[in-house]
Amino acid sequence: MSRYRGGIGQWSWMFHRITGVGVLVFLCLHILDTFLIVLGPEHYNAIIAWYRHPVFRVSEVGLFACVLYHSLNGVRIILFEAWTGLVRWHRQMFYVQMAIFAVCMLPVTYLMLRPVFGR
Amino acid sequence: MAHVRLKIQRFNPEMDSAPQWREYTVEAEPTDRVLDALHAVKWHHDGSLAFRRSCAHGVCGSDAMMINGKNRLACKLLIKDLKQPIVVEPMRGFAVVKDLIVDQTKFFEKYRSVKPYLIAEEPPPATERLQSPKQQERFEDTTKCILCGACTTSCPSFWANGEYVGPAAIVQAHRFLFDSRDQGAEERLEVLNKASGVWRCRTIFNCTDACPRGINVTKAIVEVQNLLVAHAKQGSTTDAAQ
Ligand code: HEM
Ligand code: SF4
Ligand code: FES
Repeated sequence: MSRYRGGIGQWSWMFHRITGVGVLVFLCLHILDTFLIVLGPEHYNAIIAWYRHPVFRVSEVGLFACVLYHSLNGVRIILFEAWTGLVRWHRQMFYVQMAIFAVCMLPVTYLMLRPVFGR
Repeated sequence: MAHVRLKIQRFNPEMDSAPQWREYTVEAEPTDRVLDALHAVKWHHDGSLAFRRSCAHGVCGSDAMMINGKNRLACKLLIKDLKQPIVVEPMRGFAVVKDLIVDQTKFFEKYRSVKPYLIAEEPPPATERLQSPKQQERFEDTTKCILCGACTTSCPSFWANGEYVGPAAIVQAHRFLFDSRDQGAEERLEVLNKASGVWRCRTIFNCTDACPRGINVTKAIVEVQNLLVAHAKQGSTTDAAQ
């Protein structure tokens, strides 16, 4: 069996699911680590301190990218429902969506990583 | 004439435990279609190759198959437009009967489940059931379907769950749901609103890309979804096509 060579729609959906599940997993973990407060502030602080580690700070950019992609792509799908005529332009809309994605990611990445690596 | 290389997935359930790939080189014109190359294999190299075809001109919908990773009609694809070896597989998601022939029993069951025929309660008028060109335009696109199955078997939602009614049946339902003469909306929407119905669509567009008739399948599916929402809001039996 070989791979089905779907187009942009297949890829955008794959990323939508990966980012959706990814964000969901993070959300669950985050509920768990916040829950550590019931064990006492020292445990809570110890775990939450991890978030300040550079690896986590870089991962947070990834998390932001996931949420941003998922929201933009989700809005694109919702627009099809509101105006079904747009379905014909789904590829073009995806390109616009990714342009918006890039425009948002550039400054956000800079702002999020500057405190980690910069002065 | 030129050499054309093909790589075909073969499976004979009476002899093979698993499908296997076989390669063939045949003589064909670059302007011939993949179907011609398959004929060349069957007629001059290996008579045991099994595939469906009838009209050979993109009308009957018999010869949808996966060609170079995409669902296509073998009779509509020109050899010169394809990378070689041309990789030919049966449509995905159906049981393989033999080689490129798949079992479409469930496909046609689902087709019938959406009642793809005119349902009109009133007695027929003395002359035709009149319809304006504008009313006809509403479902013109979905009248073009030839039930080849390329859309349904290109859909990841269908691969994941064979119970999904699938794009082809939704296209057929759309053709009648949006027909101003039809009054079967209630019965059809009941089928399409099930867990196996239109809500399994994930807007992946493989169906639209695969349709050899150029039907905007995704649009038809979204329109049926919207119709269901409108019906749920009204909670009434008003005719869909109005
Ligand atoms: C602005 C916020 C969001 C928007 C606009 C949005 C939109 C959507 C839409 C429209 C779908 C359906 C996709 C389809 O049927 O093709 C979807 C699926 C999904 N969303 Fe979101 N979503 C948002 C936030 C989130 C968040 C925060 C999470 C995780 C906690 C999440 C997890 C998921 C998952 C797991 C799916 C299923 C993916 C699939 O079926 O392929 N979403 N989202
Ligand atoms: S909608 Fe297109 S791809 Fe699907 S069965 Fe009909 S003709 Fe084939
Ligand atoms: S053989 Fe009839 S559609 Fe190709």
